[in-house]
Amino acid sequence: MYRKTTMALAVAAALGLPEIAGAQTQDEVRALREQVRQLDKRVQDAETTAQQAAIQASSRPASESAMNPAISVILNGIYSNLSRDPNGFGINGFTPTLGEVGPGVRGFSLGESELALAANIDHNFRGTLIASISPEDGIGVEEGYIQTLSLSYGFTIKAGRFFSGVGYQNQIHAHAWDFTDAPLANKVFLGNQLGEDGIQLKWVAPTETYIDVGLELGRGRQFPAGPAGGRNKNGVGSGNVFAHVGGDFGTGVAWQSGVSYLSTSPQDRTFDDPTGTTNSFTGQSRLWVLDGILKWAPNYNPTYTNFKLQGEYFRRKEDGDLTSGTAAQTGGFASVQSGLYLQGVYQFVPMWRVGYRYDRLDSGTTSFSTPLAAADFPILAAYNPTRHTVMVDWTPSEFSRVRLQFAQDKSRSDATDNQVFLQYIVSLGAHGAHKF
Amino acid sequence: MKTILRFVFALGSALAALPAAAALNVFACEPEWGALAQELGGDKVSVYSATTALQDPHRVEARPSLIARIRSADLLVCSGSELEIGWIPLLLTQSGNSKIQLGTPGYFEASQYVARLEIPKVIDRALGDIHPGGNPHVHTDPRNIARIAPVLMERMAQIDPANADSYRSRGKSFLERWQAAIARWEQQAAPLKGVPIVVYHKDFSYFVNWTGIREAGSLEPKPGIPPTPSHLAELVDQMKRAPAKVIVYSPYNSPQAAEFLSSRTRIPAVMIPFTVGGTDKAKDLFGLFDDTIARLLEAVK
Repeated sequence: MYRKTTMALAVAAALGLPEIAGAQTQDEVRALREQVRQLDKRVQDAETTAQQAAIQASSRPASESAMNPAISVILNGIYSNLSRDPNGFGINGFTPTLGEVGPGVRGFSLGESELALAANIDHNFRGTLIASISPEDGIGVEEGYIQTLSLSYGFTIKAGRFFSGVGYQNQIHAHAWDFTDAPLANKVFLGNQLGEDGIQLKWVAPTETYIDVGLELGRGRQFPAGPAGGRNKNGVGSGNVFAHVGGDFGTGVAWQSGVSYLSTSPQDRTFDDPTGTTNSFTGQSRLWVLDGILKWAPNYNPTYTNFKLQGEYFRRKEDGDLTSGTAAQTGGFASVQSGLYLQGVYQFVPMWRVGYRYDRLDSGTTSFSTPLAAADFPILAAYNPTRHTVMVDWTPSEFSRVRLQFAQDKSRSDATDNQVFLQYIVSLGAHGAHKF
Repeated sequence: MKTILRFVFALGSALAALPAAAALNVFACEPEWGALAQELGGDKVSVYSATTALQDPHRVEARPSLIARIRSADLLVCSGSELEIGWIPLLLTQSGNSKIQLGTPGYFEASQYVARLEIPKVIDRALGDIHPGGNPHVHTDPRNIARIAPVLMERMAQIDPANADSYRSRGKSFLERWQAAIARWEQQAAPLKGVPIVVYHKDFSYFVNWTGIREAGSLEPKPGIPPTPSHLAELVDQMKRAPAKVIVYSPYNSPQAAEFLSSRTRIPAVMIPFTVGGTDKAKDLFGLFDDTIARLLEAVK
C-alpha cells in the first residue's frame, strides 16, 4: 500500500502538479491525500479491467495463423528380427499385388512418417491432406480429399484420394492399427491398403440403430484394378458399394457389422513370377467382404479396461485372360479365393494392452484354359497360408505407444518366418480423433 | 451395379421424406447440458445425452449409436474448449447433418459464454493433456450455469421459434429458482472456504474457485495422465507435512488411487457426483449441487 501511494505521488508529480512541492498548509495536505486516494483507486480499477481484458484476449486467437489447419505428425520407428530373408517374401497361392506387402527390412528402420493437415474450408466443405513420408520413396499422398458439411438428410460426399470403405481395417491409418502389420487377407486382396482416386457418396439412415449405405466410384489406381496407376480410359475403373449396421448392447458393448462389394476391371495388371518373368491379367475382379467389430468397455468408459474383437472375411472371384510371360501365350483364367482374420485386443490395466490375431487364406480353385497350364504359374500353386500373431503394447499417454509383436508367418509354402517387431508410434501436434 | 444404385436412392429418398419428429432434438455431449436443455425445453424437446456420469467426457469412442443420434439432432450442446476433441469432430463429419455444424445456430459450446480458468501460459504436451482454451469443466460453478442458461434459452428460441415463448418463460422460471438456490448453496458451503482438498483430475476447478475451497494437490501427476506410484508416494509425504481435509474423485475415476492415499493418510476419500446422474441424489442440476455440497460438508465435519 505504501509503495502504491508513493507511486501515485510520483505519478501525480509527473502528471504536472507543480504545487505539490510547495504545499505547506494542513488544507493543502488534506487535498493532496484525497487526490492520492483517488489516483490509487484509479490504478486499482485499471488493474481489474486489465485482468478481465487479459482473460478475454488469451481466449481469443491473436493472429492470422489461427486460421491454419490442424497439423499433426506421426512418427514411427521399428526394429525387426526376421528369421527368413524378407527379399524372398511372397504369399503363395495368390496373385502378387502391386503394393508393398512384405514384412519390411531387417534390423532398425524408420517407418513411414505421416503429416496430416485438416480444416474446414468454408461452411460447405472440410479438407484433409495426409502425406506419407517414406525414408526410401520420398513423399506420397496417402489421402487428400474434401468432404461435404452442408448436405442434409444424412448424406455426405467425399472426393479426392481416400482409403476405400471396403471392409473395416482398410479405412484405418496404419498408426492406429492394433498390430504392426496388416492382416494377410488385406495384403492379398487389397494390396495392403486400397486408396482410391474418386468419389464416395454415403447416407446415414434416420434411425436409432446405426445404418449406412455408400457408393464409391474410382479410377482403379491400385490393385485389384490395374495396371499400377490406373487405366488409360475415361469413365469409372472401380466401383464399391457398402452398408453397415451398428449400435449398442447392454451397458458397455458397441458393435458394427458391414458388407462391401468391390468390382474392378483390371487391364494388363502385371505381376512378376519368382522366376523373373512378367505375367499380366485382363478381365473382371469381384471382391466381397464381410466385417464385424465389437468393443466392450465397462459403462463405455475405456480408460481402465476395454476389449475389442474384430474380424473380416474376404471372397474374390476373378475371370479373364492371362498372358504368360514364359510361354508368351494368352489363355483363359478363373479363380475363386478367400481369406479371413480374427483378432482380439484387451486392455487389462490402464496403458497396457495384449492382443492375438489369427490369419488364414484359402487359395481355393484356379483354372487355366489352353494354351496355359498351371505349371507355368508356380506362385499360384494351391497353398493355404496361415499366421499367428501376438502383441503387447504400452500407451503412456494419448500421444505415444510402444509395441512388441511376435508372429509366426506361414505365408511361404516352403518356410515359416518367425518375426519379432519392436515399434514406437507417436503423434505430435493437433489432437487426433479415431474412427470407431 | 445399376440395381444397387437404384435401390440406394429409392431407400434414401423414401426415408428422407419421413416427417421430422415434432420435438426439438437436442444432442448433449455431457449429462449436465442435457439436464439444462431439459429444464429449458420441458416437453418441447427430446434430449439425448451422449455420455453418462460414468464416462470421462474426454475419452469417448465415436460409436455408431452416437452417429445415428447426431444425424437427426437439431441442436448440439457441448462443453467445448476441446473437451470433446477426440470424438465430436468425427461425429460431425460423419453425421450428414448440416444443422449442427460449427458456425450454425445448432452448434452450441457452453464454455464460450463464461470466463475460463487455467488458460495455460505455456502450451506443450509435456505438461499433460492441457486445453489451450482453458479448463472446459465450467459447469461445476453454478454461477456459470446461470450465465449459460439465458444464452442457450435464446438459442433454442431461435431454432424453434414456434415454441420461443415456452423456452423463455421456462428459462425465466428456472433462473429465478437457480439464483435462489445459489444463494442457499453459498450459505451452506461457507464452512468449506479455505479447506484444503486433493482432487483426482482438474475437473473441479470452477467449484474450487466458487466456494473458496483450496486445491492442495491432484492424484493425476499431470492432467490426463493416470496416477503413478511415484506421484502417489509424493502426495503421501506432502499430506503428512500439510494434510488436506478430503480427497475427492468423480464417478468416472477409478476409486483405487483415492482409496490408497486415504488409507495411507487417514484423510477421507469422497466420491462427488461431478455431473447429473453421478449419484442417486444428483437427479437434476439442483440435486447435483445439493449432493456435492452435502457430501463435502459431511467429509470435513
